[in-house]
Amino acid sequence: MRLFSWRFIRVWQRNRDVFLRLWRPEAPGFFAEPILILLAMGTGLGAYVGLVNGQKYIEFIAPGIIASYAMFSASFECTYGSFVRMEYQRTYDAIISTPLSVEDVVAGEIFWGATRSLMTGTAILIVASAFQLIHSPWAVLILPLAFLEGLMFGSIAMLFTAVVPSIYTFNYFFTIFVTPMFYFSGVFFPLTSFPELVQRLSWIAPLTPLVYLTRALVSGQFYPGLIGAFFLVLGLTAVFFLAALPAMSRRLLK
Amino acid sequence: MAIVKTEGLTKKYRDLVAVDHVNLEIEEGECFGLLGPNGAGKTTLIRMLIAASPPTEGHVWILGKDLQKHAREIKAVIGVVPQMDNLDPDLSVLQNLLAFARYFDIPRKEAHRRSLEVLTLFELQNRMSSQIRELSGGMRRRLLLARGLLNQPKVIVLDEPSIGLDPQARYLVWQKLTELKSQGVTRLLCTQNMDEAALLCDRVAIMHLGKILNIDTPQKLVERYGDSGVVEIEVDPASRAGLIRQLKERGYEYTEIANHVHVFTADSDAALQGLVTSPLRLRRRQATLEDIFFRLTGRSLLE
Repeated sequence: MRLFSWRFIRVWQRNRDVFLRLWRPEAPGFFAEPILILLAMGTGLGAYVGLVNGQKYIEFIAPGIIASYAMFSASFECTYGSFVRMEYQRTYDAIISTPLSVEDVVAGEIFWGATRSLMTGTAILIVASAFQLIHSPWAVLILPLAFLEGLMFGSIAMLFTAVVPSIYTFNYFFTIFVTPMFYFSGVFFPLTSFPELVQRLSWIAPLTPLVYLTRALVSGQFYPGLIGAFFLVLGLTAVFFLAALPAMSRRLLK
Repeated sequence: MAIVKTEGLTKKYRDLVAVDHVNLEIEEGECFGLLGPNGAGKTTLIRMLIAASPPTEGHVWILGKDLQKHAREIKAVIGVVPQMDNLDPDLSVLQNLLAFARYFDIPRKEAHRRSLEVLTLFELQNRMSSQIRELSGGMRRRLLLARGLLNQPKVIVLDEPSIGLDPQARYLVWQKLTELKSQGVTRLLCTQNMDEAALLCDRVAIMHLGKILNIDTPQKLVERYGDSGVVEIEVDPASRAGLIRQLKERGYEYTEIANHVHVFTADSDAALQGLVTSPLRLRRRQATLEDIFFRLTGRSLLE
């Protein structure tokens, strides 16, 4: 199997240039929306919710919102964003006629997706800090974690993009995979409040370990289970990244 | 030594042989035309030559190197002007070129210099900061050509470069492509425009159903297959069948185009007049590459 080269950075740079030109219409989706949810749910619903350990509800959900919107950022970028570039704009065809390979393009797209996750995570973290919801200096590690999370969800999305017949198929990806994770991965409620079957499904959802890791970094309270969660994320990232490379090659080099 | 060489180059899809054992040798500095009707396999062949499609069988060597093994190195010295517009609509005209130069690792300053140079070459220097969607079809095509020259290629592959251009722009493009000859750039030109092929190409290959039927200079092809000239006969629908039958019986080579039958013959007009009872309108003229194209690839649509 062919891997990617350092030239992937050229694709990342191309996406950065486009972002710097066109970020304004995208800002509400990835910066305003999570902050609205955090404040609405945190203060509105939070008034009715008493947590066992006496923690404020808004503090409970803040790390989950960071992890979820980091997931959304990379997932949208590497599905709809990538598909439009690949299929409608034929940007990939143009790039692979230069010294770049398909693998470079895929890696560039995934690293760009991860960069979007990092940007989103950073924005929410700053707002959460302003509302004094962050209590541990460990929280700064949320930034590299959000980047890793972006690599993982970007790779999963890219693999899906490599095989979908049309852009409408992404509805399945979001309805069946991404959106349920938002509600069932321990962002808004502890997993123990779900029936046992849902709990089991939640534990295999890739967002769950990230919610728990982010929450631990916010609170500064660590426990051994987090090591497993971290290696699970690393493992999933490697598997999906390496699967996306040949899948996209098969699609483009016909 | 041939700068582009293929041996037994073949591409098979599930139930279709798109390119069938093609052997080509394109010499350095020449303009090589690839002619053929839609579906002949031209674009598939070109995609294999630019490493965008792995061959089912056969080999490609460019500058003496195996394309499969040295794709990156070879792609660095090839320019590609695709048939389908793949300019980057998210970037401005100048940014398109700068981003493209970056894929080739051209340093920023040099990228700027070359971008201005190619924009001026195709008379687009006033549109540098335009959005791609603000450009007319002809400007986009010129920008694609400009982009194809950014890496100062040794070989440039052009898939229908003048399609959709008005006559003024077409002559500009033809002139630029001719000028590339003096810089020693090898051009592979895929076209359906016979005037373009006759004017620009040193040699042309006629492709049909995945195979190369003939390779020669446009002039020699015309001499070989149409030296006797062409007689255009205008027929009305009623007498058409009778004329065709007569032509077949007497062994004439002909092609049917709209309400005309073109006959390849040196026979006198009088001999042809005798073919049918109704009076015929005849016009004798020199054969062109287009006649040869029809003669070799047939008249009917492939697709």
